[in-house]
Amino acid sequence: MSDQSETGSGKVTRSVVLAGVGGQGTILAANLLANALVAHGYDVKTSEVHGMAQRGGSVISMVRFGDAVASPLVPMGEADALLGTELLETLRNLEFLAAEGKVIASRTRVDPLPVLQGTSEYPADAEERIISLWPDSIIVDAPTIAAEAGDARAANTVLLGILSLALPVGVDEWLAVIEKLVKAKAVEANRNAFLVGRELSENR
Amino acid sequence: MAERKLMTGNEAVAMAALDAGVLFASAYPGTPSTEILEVFSKQEGVYAEWAPNEKVALEAAVGASLGGVRSLAAMKHVGLNVAADPWFTLPYIGVSGGLVVANADDPGMHSSQNEQDNRYYAKAAKVPMLEPSDSQEAYDLTREAYRMSERYDTPVMLRLTTRVCHSRSLVERSAAEKPVRIPYRKDEVKRVMIPGHARLRHPIMVERLAEMEEHSNEFSFQRAERGAGDAVVITAGVAYQYVKEAFPGVSILKLAMTNPMPRGLISEFCEQFSDVYVVEELEPYMEETVASLGLYPKGKSGVPRVGELNVDNVRDAFPELAKATGSHTASHPSHVEGLPARPPILCAGCPHRGIMYALARQKAIIAGDIGCYTLSVLPPLSAHDCQVCMGASVTMGHGLEKAMELELGESEEEERGTHMVVSVLGDSTFFHSGVTGLMEMAYNRGRYTVVILDNRTTAMTGFQDHPGTGITLQGEPTVTVDIEMLARSLGIENVRVVDPYDLEQCRSVLSEEMDRDAPSVVISRRACVLRERTRREPYAISREECNDCGLCMRIACPALVKRGEEVTILADACTGCGVCAQVCRREAIKVG
Repeated sequence: MSDQSETGSGKVTRSVVLAGVGGQGTILAANLLANALVAHGYDVKTSEVHGMAQRGGSVISMVRFGDAVASPLVPMGEADALLGTELLETLRNLEFLAAEGKVIASRTRVDPLPVLQGTSEYPADAEERIISLWPDSIIVDAPTIAAEAGDARAANTVLLGILSLALPVGVDEWLAVIEKLVKAKAVEANRNAFLVGRELSENR
Repeated sequence: MAERKLMTGNEAVAMAALDAGVLFASAYPGTPSTEILEVFSKQEGVYAEWAPNEKVALEAAVGASLGGVRSLAAMKHVGLNVAADPWFTLPYIGVSGGLVVANADDPGMHSSQNEQDNRYYAKAAKVPMLEPSDSQEAYDLTREAYRMSERYDTPVMLRLTTRVCHSRSLVERSAAEKPVRIPYRKDEVKRVMIPGHARLRHPIMVERLAEMEEHSNEFSFQRAERGAGDAVVITAGVAYQYVKEAFPGVSILKLAMTNPMPRGLISEFCEQFSDVYVVEELEPYMEETVASLGLYPKGKSGVPRVGELNVDNVRDAFPELAKATGSHTASHPSHVEGLPARPPILCAGCPHRGIMYALARQKAIIAGDIGCYTLSVLPPLSAHDCQVCMGASVTMGHGLEKAMELELGESEEEERGTHMVVSVLGDSTFFHSGVTGLMEMAYNRGRYTVVILDNRTTAMTGFQDHPGTGITLQGEPTVTVDIEMLARSLGIENVRVVDPYDLEQCRSVLSEEMDRDAPSVVISRRACVLRERTRREPYAISREECNDCGLCMRIACPALVKRGEEVTILADACTGCGVCAQVCRREAIKVG
């Protein structure tokens, strides 16, 4: 993660934006990431969305880390990575990315109401548009990969696995956090999903 | 060093209350404050409860305080409107055990009907107010609030905002205090506010305010940060964090206690600077005080008065300060235009869908309320005409119906036909503040229909129990309010129960009750589909029978998708509620 923004204290703060649809589990994914960064010794702040916006609406979570983080919100154009759990939401939130930012997204499509109703078109070329704007984007079928690893519901953890290679947090630290925060019966699937994601990233 | 743990602001408040020895907490759920009580209730050795509304929660907390223990009431900003009655007299009677009201504003209205600035409530009631800017401060200031409450014999407002409640940052807890019970002592002159007593108490509050202002001037959490340049920014709450990034290295007077405002401290620190700025969310609350000191601050002339602040709009508020502090704006954010919006929607299988669809077909004037069902205002359901605050559906419906029936002077006697007004509210909202409205309807001979959407939970805020579920916050069985019996006991004879998955039943019962020359209550009863998690066989559309009329799309179900002219059902999303099948006139939608 190369682009760095300066906070008031002159210390470096880095940011990840997680974008998706209410109910897709971005809050848990952000919490896993945040706790992994804390385990590695960073100061961390996150921001999340609760309430009405969760009922199938657009949601974003933010994770910021560094020596001393001030704002829990990521300024426009300053995110080092965008983790998208849905293509349209990934496209919508590209504006948070810094010029050198990374896109890691799932090739998942969830039609919003105007599209279901036929009054609006889902951008069929969403993936191509993401790649044309951010050529280094990593876009994968996260639910399929997660299903192969044990449970499709661990899709976000595949994305975290891919992201993990860009962070100095060690695999052991990640796995300890997954074990601590994920429900007991889902730990195995999430651990596998994480490792598969990380391997995907290594092989690129 | 003690362990530092990531916590949301809400978790930090809950843990601080625990460590402050709080034994009693009461709340009504409301985004963004809900998790304060949920987290507190899971701790050992404490009592916590969901109250039917915020007024009840605060009054119960007052009782607990008089009973000698430290107590907590938590609510969202509009909750304090409901609790405003005890709020304004409570400072007259004071406390025994410390009492803190954790009150969460929602700048930007992420999940609220307005963005009122509750700092004025603290000022108006002469109640001290503390404003944390992150989770550590949420923890520390909650601990301070209890000390302050007992020292000055007053409730204390802990003013939170969405971004403090729902941001996580590291918290180090400090040594816990042992809970104590202060022996009960009768003191009716202090605690019974007849006019003669209240006249004795009010001057004490005014004197106390002066003492608390001294405290505010000396308070260790008021932080003067000396930086470079001739400018100083006065700020508080999460806005402080944005100022730190938007204007790196600028001098800051960061306030943690904002009622009473520390006028001495502000004058003393700010006279060293030529330019004084105030950065705060919502109203010019601090700016008004700073201006009264003759400091000519720049505040709402640049900082937005509506919506939530962030680093970008704070930086844009004062370009000269951004330039002087070398603040940089990130180069070219690539905003992608023309993307379809993604508004929140009723879930597939939501029991509100069937009844709201049936209501919309009745061409009724629908006085709506606050809950998931408010989402039915969006097209194509378009099933709300008005909505203002919790419980108002019932009472606005009463006024609407009376207005429609008032004679305009002409004596012509028309036969009273079908009434047009239907009020709609959820079960939790009904218990919160709909019951008195039902009394109004019965007592004052309304003749409209109130529909209670009984989904057996408080769904919007995350499935909290309430007096109608028969389960306490601790998950233990308790008595259940019988809505039918309650309505009858208020004098409403016509009380019907419908299944919102049965459209014909909904239609015929609504139609009969709207024709009736008497008040009526229709209970639409089915558990929230997210809570039940029971799935039936999904439905599918038979291509032979379907003529692409699109009628089924009018129920706005996320399991139905229209591609070109053809509608299909997403089997993964369908919960098998069957509402779409009942809308279809060609029987083209069937199980399997």
